Amino acid sequence: MTGDAVPGLVAVVAVTVATLAIGTWGLRFSRTTSDFFVASRTVNPRLNASAIGGEYLSAASFLGIAGLLLVGGAQMLWYPVGWTAGYLVLLVLVAAPLRRSGAYTLPDFAEARLGSPTVRAACSVLVVGVGWLYLLPQFQGAGLTLESAIGAPRWVGPLIVGSVVLVNVMSGGMRSITFVQAFQYWLKLTALLVPAMVLLAVWAGDGRPGGSGSGDGWSVPVEGGGAIGLYGTYSLMIALFLGTMGLPHVVVRFYTNPDGRAARRTTLVVLALLGLFYLWPPVFAALGRVYGGDLVADGHADVLVLELPRLMVDGIGGELLTGLVTAGAFAAFLSTASGLAIAVSGVLTQDVTSRFVGERGPTASVAAAFRLAAALAVTVPVLVALLDTNVGVAQSVGLAFAVAASTFCPLLMLGIWWRGLTSAGALAGLAAGGLGAGGAAVLNVVGVEASGWLGALLVQPAAWSVPIAFATMILVSLATASQTPAHARRFLVRLHTPEVLEVGHGG
Amino acid sequence: MRRRRHLGSEADRATFRALHQASLASPALREGLTADSADRAIKHLRTLLGTPALAITDTASTLAWDGTGAHHQAQAGALATMLTAPTGDDSARGWTRTVEPDQIPCRTAGCPVRMGVISPLVVDGRVVGTVQAFAPTTTAGLIRATEEVAQWVSGQLELAELDASRNRAMEAEVRALRAQISPHFIYNSLGAIASFVRTDPDRARELLMEFADFTRYSFRRHGEFTTLAEELRSIERYLLLEQARFGDRLQVTLNIAPEVLPVVVPFLCIQPLVENAVRHGLESSASVGHLRIVAHDRGHECVVEVEDDGVGEDPEKVRRALAGDAALDSVGLGNVDARLRATFGDDYGLVVETAPGAGTKVIVRVPKFAPGVSAQ
Repeated sequence: MTGDAVPGLVAVVAVTVATLAIGTWGLRFSRTTSDFFVASRTVNPRLNASAIGGEYLSAASFLGIAGLLLVGGAQMLWYPVGWTAGYLVLLVLVAAPLRRSGAYTLPDFAEARLGSPTVRAACSVLVVGVGWLYLLPQFQGAGLTLESAIGAPRWVGPLIVGSVVLVNVMSGGMRSITFVQAFQYWLKLTALLVPAMVLLAVWAGDGRPGGSGSGDGWSVPVEGGGAIGLYGTYSLMIALFLGTMGLPHVVVRFYTNPDGRAARRTTLVVLALLGLFYLWPPVFAALGRVYGGDLVADGHADVLVLELPRLMVDGIGGELLTGLVTAGAFAAFLSTASGLAIAVSGVLTQDVTSRFVGERGPTASVAAAFRLAAALAVTVPVLVALLDTNVGVAQSVGLAFAVAASTFCPLLMLGIWWRGLTSAGALAGLAAGGLGAGGAAVLNVVGVEASGWLGALLVQPAAWSVPIAFATMILVSLATASQTPAHARRFLVRLHTPEVLEVGHGG
Repeated sequence: MRRRRHLGSEADRATFRALHQASLASPALREGLTADSADRAIKHLRTLLGTPALAITDTASTLAWDGTGAHHQAQAGALATMLTAPTGDDSARGWTRTVEPDQIPCRTAGCPVRMGVISPLVVDGRVVGTVQAFAPTTTAGLIRATEEVAQWVSGQLELAELDASRNRAMEAEVRALRAQISPHFIYNSLGAIASFVRTDPDRARELLMEFADFTRYSFRRHGEFTTLAEELRSIERYLLLEQARFGDRLQVTLNIAPEVLPVVVPFLCIQPLVENAVRHGLESSASVGHLRIVAHDRGHECVVEVEDDGVGEDPEKVRRALAGDAALDSVGLGNVDARLRATFGDDYGLVVETAPGAGTKVIVRVPKFAPGVSAQ
């Protein structure tokens, strides 16, 4: 495999170097001696949207979707559809009010809205849980990528990428710098787009051969298996549509917008960018049906995107394309894992480790607390990834979405749109949704197998856990209506008042 | 009762209960005497006194009523005026009084509100309200207890007054800081602008506009908070005006991470630091003064550094300035430090790195989110 390893290695090194270089260049950009006004230029919606895309498009999007489509057929298109449509819900119901709340993280929002340290603590626990559940597939994806690109054993990937992410986060080398993340989006898009174009040309040159067995229902958009299949599809849609707003690394990026209006524009551009990106994995899957039949049989569908260029193009051309997709895949889990690790360690620093690190002067202890938190944030999912669980990359991302949809979605929706929400209600709802979806997720990661309806309910918990969480939050809030926070009304006015209106103070 | 022995005797437990009730009423009263705070405190106070009905009034009307006989609520306000209004009978003011049944006529059978004790709430030697306890009959014990409760409530209200005046002092300091734009700066800026009027009228006009915008921001009346972007914009204007005056003698480097521009900061919390840095940087000699302003994104925090390569300062003097010694040269330093601590907690004070001849670096850390802090 030594000859095959060269393009992969070159690509991985190139991505790392480019990422660090842009981190430096991005800093230079804002450095000036004469034109001061550059400094006051806030991040514009297009740049911020690229950055969100860069952080959001994970290994699951880059590698997982094509593999799922190859195996499962058109019904799996619900994954990219859901991952994009989640931003539509975010755009319409959450983006602007969340920005106007001034919250940086989800626990911040809970504290600002309900004024309760307990709810804040519960949210912090959930952020860490969702973050870990989402980090796990990134490291698994890393293992797959390095195995396919360099021929390394499966455990090398999580270890190496975990270390790279940890060093990056600790040193602050690529700490949520907008330019770096924006670059990652365009890199990922290029890394899919160019090979897809070349491969389509090759396919056309071959006389457009059709896939084997095109009449087997591969292109039917709803899962077979009757009611259970239908339930699975709807449950997946609920999880993905409502889970996006609860992802810690996405919420953090909205803070960079100067106001609510810019937050909405950013979300709109994100929708367009994601739509553009998700056009291409299905192309790989369709070509995989024609050229990559062995991958399904070997159970290696997840590496379809990495292997297909080699299978279709010989010689140096194939090597170059392989290098390009490897670079894209590496960028995918590097950016997502870094973004998640930063978000999770930020919450851990604020609410956990800063209490354990002693009094060594404010600046020193803050840095120490952040390092400790970052180590914790990365180590746990790496260890779980090393245990080699058998949950697919896209599936465990789906579970992270289910937990987010069952906890943060009700909190944000009711917190933004209903003034009757109380701390007790929020806490009960978070507990119900978190235990329901989180319990199902843990059972899946541990490897509990069930068949029939029970299995479907466990693998796709969102369709029952989201309504339960909403109902619990509403009913308990109604039962404790006397404890409605005193400032709720004023806070909601602030959330929903456009910035152009001057409310509450004279000129 | 052996297992209860560690809680002390019956008398001890009565003391504990009384202290506990008092501690429950305390947070509400520390907000001052309002209908809302009286409403939250009154049920604990009635438990403390053990009377069937209790009222808290301001000088003329009832703020809260707890217990039975709420139809007497309106009368409590009138009773309060006996203690508070200047009726000519000054001997009655400021003293605890009892109320006879004929002063609170009642037709409801079995109503326990027949007699009462009225005790004044005194803050700074001024009667601000009353506590009124009602019972079928008044006893010496009830009179004494009511008086003690009223005195304790008065103490809490005085503490509330203290909190309020501390806040007022802080606000006055911010106002002073706004008005503190030095007359020299205004004079020198206008002088520098005047020098351009003939040679470069366009530049003069631009500078005049900058000057107008700068003063509008600095004199603005509303809002305790602003965004870092706004604050930096004002600093840019200030530096443009200073550069018009000093030309190449003032070299400025800005390095601002765009991610931190939306961070909410106390109004005028960076600008005084920059003014100090310009002064120190150029004081040293006729040579060039370098000024560096850096803002980093640090996860859930933002770090702003203002650095000059000027004369520096004795660390001991800086320590005294931060402790609030107004006699020192670094005007805004102590004020900015106090406001940052008051807003974000003691972890977020200023950090000053300096030594004579080694320049000065002031570091401000600000959390991206703090409850109750918003720019609007």
